[in-house]
Amino acid sequence: MGKIATNNLNLWYDDFQALKNVNSVFEPNRITAIIGPSGCGKSTLLRVFNRMNDLIEGVKTEGKVLVDGMDILKPEADLVKLRKRVGMVFQRPNPFPLSVYENIVFGEKIHGESLRRDLLDEIVEISLKDVLLWDELKDKLNKPAMRLSLEQKQRLCIARLLAVKPNVLLMDEPCSTLDPQATARVEELMRELKNHYTIIIVTHNMQQAARVSDDTGFMLLGELIEFGKTEELFTAPKDKRTEDYITGRYG
Amino acid sequence: MERHFDLELQELRKDILRMGAFAEEAIYKSVEALKNKDKCLAKSVIDGDSIVDKLELEIDEKCIDLIARYQPMAKDLRFITTGMKINAELERITDIAVDIAQRTLELVDKPLLKPLVDIPKLAAVAQSMVKGAIDAFVKGDSDLARKVMLSDPEADQLRDTIQKELVEDYMVKDGSTAPRAVQLLLITRFLERICDHTTNIAEDVIYMVQAQVVKHHPEKL
Repeated sequence: MGKIATNNLNLWYDDFQALKNVNSVFEPNRITAIIGPSGCGKSTLLRVFNRMNDLIEGVKTEGKVLVDGMDILKPEADLVKLRKRVGMVFQRPNPFPLSVYENIVFGEKIHGESLRRDLLDEIVEISLKDVLLWDELKDKLNKPAMRLSLEQKQRLCIARLLAVKPNVLLMDEPCSTLDPQATARVEELMRELKNHYTIIIVTHNMQQAARVSDDTGFMLLGELIEFGKTEELFTAPKDKRTEDYITGRYG
Repeated sequence: MERHFDLELQELRKDILRMGAFAEEAIYKSVEALKNKDKCLAKSVIDGDSIVDKLELEIDEKCIDLIARYQPMAKDLRFITTGMKINAELERITDIAVDIAQRTLELVDKPLLKPLVDIPKLAAVAQSMVKGAIDAFVKGDSDLARKVMLSDPEADQLRDTIQKELVEDYMVKDGSTAPRAVQLLLITRFLERICDHTTNIAEDVIYMVQAQVVKHHPEKL
């Protein structure tokens, strides 16, 4: 069984159907990219996995979304636990206006953990090491996170997620505000992280999807048109609509 | 709206077509020179090689440039990478035509060992295969590419017949014919190699069109 699966998933924003009968399986320890033109439903699909869409008024879903075999769309699903397990990195890094240290331990505190200072220190160190920021920031843990560079902020946001020990990382255009060098470093980080997490990334940047992902799904008008191994999808897509999109002939 | 990239791909297609035309012509001329003992024609094949060498480098450069600038995907990527491989095969085919022309120059001043019947036949198979493979590439026609590949056994069979005749009817019976017979054996071998290179082109075309690797997998044909 995959880490995440959808069965006949449909989603509406009021009368507009944003996801149409999506069936998919996202395997653990792999990076899966979701690509497609603007408005195709890729970010909506990503947000379903930790039920971020619940925050939007008029959303209705049908079908199943299984995370480790549990249907997270059921009313009894524990959203706090779900979001601890399935974390999200956004397009623009959004650290809290707190220190580097406080950003990382924030999740622990919000999840009601009252840990000793030495244990919190350990979490900060491990999380920063996981995102390769420790050496840069170990002497600046009290520095306001808002003063970090964009790339450092994005890494910090990932470290903040890792601190609450999720299984799944959702990334919505995580490099779109970064320059090519910073993008390359975040991509390297993703490759490191996939050994321990299931990573799903939404990206407009097809080269990035091709570079970094193991599997790729192509979405169009709310449908998951094609899903397969990245090297196959980008060299020999099976569906003409996928081919038209990735070769720039779409529309 | 036509993409600028499509125009560049069309240019690349035309260049490879031109390369194919050079290769076809070189095979034709080299065998005509042999049949007609035409020194000038043989020399023109040898002289023409530098044009093909230059064109090969230009096409390679164009392919690398397109990959670097457009980062092509799917069928565009397959077209360009296949174009690079076909370019190399065609250059090799033209080199082999030069080899034939050089052997021809060795034979031109000597009496013909025998009337040439099967060698021109083999040359015709080679030429037709090259033409078919290039057509298949330009039209993106994998059926035609498969048809081209079916001609290769015919070429092998002709080569075997020619070799047997040259060795058994000439070299064994009369050792003095060996120098001329060896040149004809080499030419036969060269023509058969052209057919092998053309088979590679046809395999590449099938990959380009259908994303199916048939090279080293005859069962997939």
